[in-house]
Amino acid sequence: MDFNLSEEQIDIQKAAREFAQGEFDPEHALDLDRNCQFPLKIWKKACNLGFIGIHFPNRYGGQDLGLVENILIVEEFCRQHSGIGMALGLSDFGSEMILRFGNDDQKRRYLPPIATGESASSLAYMEQVQTNEFSAFNTVAIRNGDGYFINGKKLFVVNGKLSGPMVVLCQLNNPEFDEQVALIVEKNSEGPAVSMMGGQMGMRMVPMVSLTFNNLKVPHENLIGDEGNGRFQFINFLNEMRIEVSAMGIGIAQGAFDLALTYSKQRVQFDQKIASFEAIRNKLADMVTRIEMARLLTYKAAWDFDQNGGNVMLNCMAKMISAETAFEAADDALHIFGGYGYIVENQIEHFYRDARMVNTFGEVGRTQKKLIANKVIGKI
Amino acid sequence: MDFDLTCEQKRIREMCRKLATEVIAPRAEEMERTGEYPYDIITQMASLGIMGIPFPKEYGGGEGDWVSMHLCIEEVSRGDVSLGSLLDVTTSVVGNEIYTFGTEEQKQKWLIPLAQGKEIGAFGLTEPDAGSDTAALKTTAVLEGEEWVINGSKQFITNIGLDNASIIVITAKTRVEQNGRMTISTLVVPKGAPGFTLGQRYEKMTFHASATHEVFFDDCRIPKHYLLGDIKKGLAQHLSVLQTGRISVAAISTGLAQACLDEALAFTTQRFRSRQHQLESQTIPFKIADIAMMIELSRMIYLKAAWLKDQGKDYTLEAHFAKLFATETAKKIASDVFNIYGLFGCLDQYPISRYFKVAKLFEIVEGTSEMQRLVISRELLG
Repeated sequence: MDFNLSEEQIDIQKAAREFAQGEFDPEHALDLDRNCQFPLKIWKKACNLGFIGIHFPNRYGGQDLGLVENILIVEEFCRQHSGIGMALGLSDFGSEMILRFGNDDQKRRYLPPIATGESASSLAYMEQVQTNEFSAFNTVAIRNGDGYFINGKKLFVVNGKLSGPMVVLCQLNNPEFDEQVALIVEKNSEGPAVSMMGGQMGMRMVPMVSLTFNNLKVPHENLIGDEGNGRFQFINFLNEMRIEVSAMGIGIAQGAFDLALTYSKQRVQFDQKIASFEAIRNKLADMVTRIEMARLLTYKAAWDFDQNGGNVMLNCMAKMISAETAFEAADDALHIFGGYGYIVENQIEHFYRDARMVNTFGEVGRTQKKLIANKVIGKI
Repeated sequence: MDFDLTCEQKRIREMCRKLATEVIAPRAEEMERTGEYPYDIITQMASLGIMGIPFPKEYGGGEGDWVSMHLCIEEVSRGDVSLGSLLDVTTSVVGNEIYTFGTEEQKQKWLIPLAQGKEIGAFGLTEPDAGSDTAALKTTAVLEGEEWVINGSKQFITNIGLDNASIIVITAKTRVEQNGRMTISTLVVPKGAPGFTLGQRYEKMTFHASATHEVFFDDCRIPKHYLLGDIKKGLAQHLSVLQTGRISVAAISTGLAQACLDEALAFTTQRFRSRQHQLESQTIPFKIADIAMMIELSRMIYLKAAWLKDQGKDYTLEAHFAKLFATETAKKIASDVFNIYGLFGCLDQYPISRYFKVAKLFEIVEGTSEMQRLVISRELLG
């Protein structure tokens, strides 16, 4: 048992913190959030410094590191700014489908540009009517000769406006068959029709789009792994993604806490700093305790993923508690700011909006509870 | 004991529900998006006599009671909370303060147009360094001959940015007693008074249709007789009408929570129509049961507080209970319904993100939850 981060991990954490503190300009962040813009310049810089795709092997533009290192970066980024942090953290969203299950050609082709900031990846899986735990999709891929024809519609696709590969999860041939395929679709003139989902409350720097596939042809070489393995690949992807989203949650919680702590030591009411009132002190104590619990569980889940390939119970628990913690901490932090918290320029309200997204992004929170219950109860 | 509403109370509730459903709710998204104030709806509310419900006929009112007023605030807020808040401030707080403490002349001058809804009132208490600590105000008013000369600023002022906002009732330090304590008085400042400046409209997380601004007084001059009530009891007067405001905030939050439930029911039944097992599972239905129960409890406590006020009885504790319970409940419900929506909740095209963002506000305004708990505990512990 050893709770210490390695020296290398501490260095990475420190580098990420310093980068975020130096580069996430508050005024620029306000504009990006207002205008729903992806933080393009910051992202390119982060890629140049190797913060994105750190978990890719060296030969694919990464640093051969693990999920722990990846989430340390994501946490620090979200801590400094929830919106920029989530945007950078999600810039390689879905790349793990290629990283873990793609062939060498696919990895060589798609991964290095993601790490260097030439392209952002995405994964299209959500649909209008979602079946339980994504067990079936209405978007269908029909095999025909040397490729597939995709028909259907995907919602809430991140990075849809940025160039780069999209992994699209489809039902193979027919929704009646319980077989799924993951296909890589490139965003070019022949790609799917892209339309904006509309104004978003949170994650505003990650504008989400819907994709409409109308007999879109994808060559066979864009199939990830084997036919019919889509579901298995996706379930494994979710295991990794939940942990990354958990890290966003603890970063957001910590960032909101940092601001509330500072403010409570400045704001004077009744001739005292409000940090001297027991009601505020208790709140801060609860916040920091919950954040520590969520962080421990998230780090453990990430460590387990790196050591043993992941454990669904652990990553579900991590995401569940991180989502709750993020929201409660942002809620308490905004509360400590009082009326000032609602004023956009004070930069606490974006934590409140973004924190609520942690529960719903990726897969809605109650699914994790269901999976934990399934595991712990087993057959009855 | 009688839980029935009177015919008149029912009539008012139905009238307001119709207005909220047919006129307000369909405009709410646009109001939030554009930040344009809905003057036409405000005019329509005025023509229905909504702003004057609890005041006597001779002051332009509807001769109704505070129960009716709060039923109205709940229904209007179910359509859009910014209009519920407009009613809270102009009727429950400002109109109420002038009605309770004003001279006949002051009532004739200011209450009648407020009650008729032709003019809108604003309430000035909060300052940059005086939030929960209301007595820490820095604004001063000095009597020079026949005029008060006011210097200072007030912030987070609801309604003041409306074109037809006519007055702001403020607290100011008027003199320092020999024992070093200061006298705080309430003054009625017309929006056009010399030296009055309307500050910038705040850029807020949400609540864009509510006209919230900072205001400044630079040698602002008003006639001597614009002093409201007892010169020495200004703060107590000002805070006493917030007691009614608390019932109103509870009614707003109840309306908001009800709107969340409406959405949850619509979304759940629509989205999962083809998937019966979602409704048969327990997580979401049980959540909805909890939500409905909490809303009913919020409604009961604000109605009791309003009823006590109508009876002329002490309603201090009930007003605090109502404010604390209904606001915390509404925030919890908005958050729960957001989760029922999943990622759809974050899209502006559905009202739930708007409800979620604004629900938190009511835990803060008109006394934070901490201040409610402080007063309740002091009432109980002595």
